[in-house]
Amino acid sequence: MKKWSRPVKDFLRATRAVAWKDLAAELRSRELLSAMLVFALLVILIFNFALELDVKTRRSVTSGVLWATFIFAGTLGLNRSMAVEKDRGCLDGLLLAPVDRAAIYFGKAISNLVFMLIVEMIVLPIYSVLYNVSLFEPRLLGVILLGSVGYTAVGTLLAAMSVQTRTRDVLLPILLFPVVIPVAIAAVKASGGILQAWPMEDIMPWINLLLVYDVIFISVAFMVFDYVVEE
Amino acid sequence: MTEQPVALKVLNGLSALLVAAALWMVVFYAPLEAVMGLVQKVFYFHVANAWVGMLGFIAAAFAGIAYLATKDVKWDIVGVAAVEISLVFFFIAIATGSIWAYPVWNTWWTWDPRLTTAAVLEMIYLAYLLLRQGIEDPDRRARFGAVYTLLGGLSVPLTFMSIRLFRTIHPVVVGGGNGGEGGFSMTPAMLNTMFFSIFVFSVVFITLFWHRVRLGRLAQRVEELKLKAMD
Repeated sequence: MKKWSRPVKDFLRATRAVAWKDLAAELRSRELLSAMLVFALLVILIFNFALELDVKTRRSVTSGVLWATFIFAGTLGLNRSMAVEKDRGCLDGLLLAPVDRAAIYFGKAISNLVFMLIVEMIVLPIYSVLYNVSLFEPRLLGVILLGSVGYTAVGTLLAAMSVQTRTRDVLLPILLFPVVIPVAIAAVKASGGILQAWPMEDIMPWINLLLVYDVIFISVAFMVFDYVVEE
Repeated sequence: MTEQPVALKVLNGLSALLVAAALWMVVFYAPLEAVMGLVQKVFYFHVANAWVGMLGFIAAAFAGIAYLATKDVKWDIVGVAAVEISLVFFFIAIATGSIWAYPVWNTWWTWDPRLTTAAVLEMIYLAYLLLRQGIEDPDRRARFGAVYTLLGGLSVPLTFMSIRLFRTIHPVVVGGGNGGEGGFSMTPAMLNTMFFSIFVFSVVFITLFWHRVRLGRLAQRVEELKLKAMD
């Protein structure tokens, strides 16, 4: 940390402060996490009856069911985390703070990512127990991390946009889903490949795609976030 | 500004004549394809429409970047015009493609890279229009629209690539070794017809684009006059 220059240190401090503010608020209220979690479990329950998750189909559809669950639960979290800022006028306060606005973006994105990862880490063992499949494979956790990073990177940016429109929370999934399709495809394919024990060279292209998506969209969001919150 | 410029009037007439000529070429000049027969004739306008859709898509992404860089309303008007035209032409391309695919592939639709990408593009355009509809402040509307076209412009090529990792059945008729399902080699008359159609629809694109930008300018003036009247 010491050899970094002062602006970088300030930036990291601001990012940490914004992320910590969200996490601390959530730690006290647990509103968002409990809602996301219950919602995720309900989605799995619905899939159970919609798809007849018997032993034979389970192998091939598990990754799809998991990612659909994460994506739906994720939208709930993204919406809520931005709506809270807007409703109580916190966003204006944040914007008045003398810090780089990209730090606000990264702080929000990190807290959103943490919420999503917590939900995923609770859903995975529950799914494993319910359907008797082992999901504790380090590579699968890696894919889930990469997919969630890409999803929240775009999601945080679009949530900041949709919260400032008239239709608000209805708009977020409509804006978000067509843009995150590459993440959904790559993440489902990579997780499915890992669960069905494909050879690694068949899985790598999907993981590379996830990496490319993450890098591109984090940098773009970093560059355009200013335009989204500007008054 | 109320009267159409002469060049535009000329373009109107020229577009009508060219479309009629292209229709004549498709029906009478281009030979009947040996295997597929009459239904193959839809191909000429299908390619031309998809081409115009692509033009609009690229124009929209660049207009988005130009708007964010210059903050000039002109680019916002160009962006909306490009999106609206591209939306319609891609829809025509999808519809004509389905008409061709049903007898040749024996299905109206398949999740091939190009088909999926076209469908995702349509979704992004619809989301873009919904987003604009939900914002009253013209400045913010333009900024959000530009950011969203930029995100779409980056995500759609990745969607295409990610589905390309699956196998494709869409024929690559121009400059492709792989014939795909229902590919065919073109006689010179067919080639002429195709390139002429592409040219014709490019002219139609320019004409419509001009009209739409003009409409955008007029709408902007009406909005300004309304604001003035309210003061």
